[in-house]
Amino acid sequence: MSTVTKADPASPAGSASPLHQRRPLGDRGFQIVALGAGLLVLVILVLITYTTAQQSTTWFAGGFKDIFQVAFDGNTKFGAMGVLYGTVISSVIGVIIGVPVSVGIALLLTQVVPARWARPFVYVMDLLAVVPSVVWGLWGIIVLVPWLQKIYLDIASGVKGIPVLDSLFGGPNVTGASFFTAGLILAIMITPIITSLSREVIATVPDIDKEGAYALGATRWEVIRGAVWPHSQGGVTGAILIGFGRAMGETIAVALVIGDSVEVTPHLFYSGHSIAAIIALQFGEATGGEFRSALIGLGLFLFVLTILVNLVARWFVERSARRARGG
Amino acid sequence: MMAAISDSLARPVDLREPSGWRRSKNQIMTILMWLAFVIVLIPLGFVLVTLVAKGAAAISWQFLTNSTIPPNVVPLGTGGMGAAVVGTLEVTGFASLLAIPLGVLGAVYLNEYGGNRILARLISFMSNVMTGVPSIVMGLFIFIIWVTHFGYSGLAGSFALACLMLPIVIRSSYEMLILVPDSLRQGSYALGASKARVTLTVVLPAALSGIVSGALLAVARAAGETAPVLFTMLTVEQTNANLFSGPNTTLPFQIFMNAQSAYTGANARAWGAALTLVAITFILMIAARIITALFTRNAR
Repeated sequence: MSTVTKADPASPAGSASPLHQRRPLGDRGFQIVALGAGLLVLVILVLITYTTAQQSTTWFAGGFKDIFQVAFDGNTKFGAMGVLYGTVISSVIGVIIGVPVSVGIALLLTQVVPARWARPFVYVMDLLAVVPSVVWGLWGIIVLVPWLQKIYLDIASGVKGIPVLDSLFGGPNVTGASFFTAGLILAIMITPIITSLSREVIATVPDIDKEGAYALGATRWEVIRGAVWPHSQGGVTGAILIGFGRAMGETIAVALVIGDSVEVTPHLFYSGHSIAAIIALQFGEATGGEFRSALIGLGLFLFVLTILVNLVARWFVERSARRARGG
Repeated sequence: MMAAISDSLARPVDLREPSGWRRSKNQIMTILMWLAFVIVLIPLGFVLVTLVAKGAAAISWQFLTNSTIPPNVVPLGTGGMGAAVVGTLEVTGFASLLAIPLGVLGAVYLNEYGGNRILARLISFMSNVMTGVPSIVMGLFIFIIWVTHFGYSGLAGSFALACLMLPIVIRSSYEMLILVPDSLRQGSYALGASKARVTLTVVLPAALSGIVSGALLAVARAAGETAPVLFTMLTVEQTNANLFSGPNTTLPFQIFMNAQSAYTGANARAWGAALTLVAITFILMIAARIITALFTRNAR
């Protein structure tokens, strides 16, 4: 995009023409309405911060030590650490599993499959994207969890006594609804967004770079490593971070498959909890006082966390888009 | 060293066919890329097959229309999800009524009026960031500013879903407005039209199909959301056709509640509701695709 087109033809430069001065009232009104609609985004974001902060003062008044304890029992202990741990661990598992798959598909669709055959593949990814969270959760709790439970138990007995693996995949409380199951579901759910954002970034790699590499005799993989990857690295990093943010905020599917116990443990096959899940499952029972205040405070916590992740992610994406334009 | 180079120069080399490890590596990586796609197909196929197998058994005309949602213990065959179907259509419909016009207007501001101004860039950036705000936070927000004052209602659920849809509609509409060629605008200005008139009668119609298809995808996303309606609408067992007062319920909410139950009747109803919901979202998505496809054919 050239900057020349930015000149506004409705307000010509130079001497103020009579036409320019006689701007109809409706025209001005329309501009104000449009501006108002745009400002609504900022207003909502500010109001979310303000109202949730205001409603969670009781919880924050408890002090640093109360807020950052592990336990959350809905009675006297309202710690953020346990649920925060579950949010981060399940999202990290989701990213570790989801990213190679997503980036692989993005490369497949841009570098391997010819453009005119790519459409059916994109449809499949769209299909994956529109399956609602609660349907993944339903499938997770009724089909996946009982099936995974057997596999987890087999793995747990297999790694018994092996130092690191035992504390990650073993232990006596191994169960189907666990951090790892939540991570698996999250991996499926964040794959479409990471794939589509990565595809957009990879599509901006100049053909001349790729053709140059091919002309030097590089294989397709060498072209990807040498020409495509250096160019799209930043944007793909942004896409991964956006996927990570989505995973942290994902509520219903996680609430159904992560189990229902707040703890900090290295055992990935143990049941846990996440910030979003605990709000979804317990807000109805929290009719007042510190309980409700704590859940709203956790919501604010999650909000700020995802905003920060998204800010960094968008910065990566926009920087790489600027570079692609050569700016 | 020199000998090796002159040796390789002497032999004709087929540049198209890298050999040995380089070639194998290329093939392995290509296979891995295909494998990534197959890995994604497995859960998608698995979930769709289960959904149809278990959901089809539950779905009947009575299931879709009967307005009484029975208690969890009741086996399949009594009552139905009519209340949730009505609730989903009403709540999502009203949310769309709020979010789509506002979102399109926001996009109009960004592309037609904002230009390179700091405020426009800030709104554009923050609307992108806002698409990443967890839906449960929207639910909490509407609970605090609306439900604590005016009580639970379908309207509150609509507000929460509208908050979720707004940035999505802004982004998708904005992407479409960018594509409208400037020559169209300039031609209209040359005829003496005001900016509002140009936007409403020339720019928006030119981008209409793209905007509609983006909006439909946002509606599909909102229709499947559970978290924002969880504590804005409470729940009902009887159809509540009044959007503006009294608790209400939606399909995602019913799936969530029935999925947690230990009773087979409740689980069966969850599958039936899930199949209904997925059918609704797929129809919206296919409609969006058809509109896009028609548009691209006309443009050619």
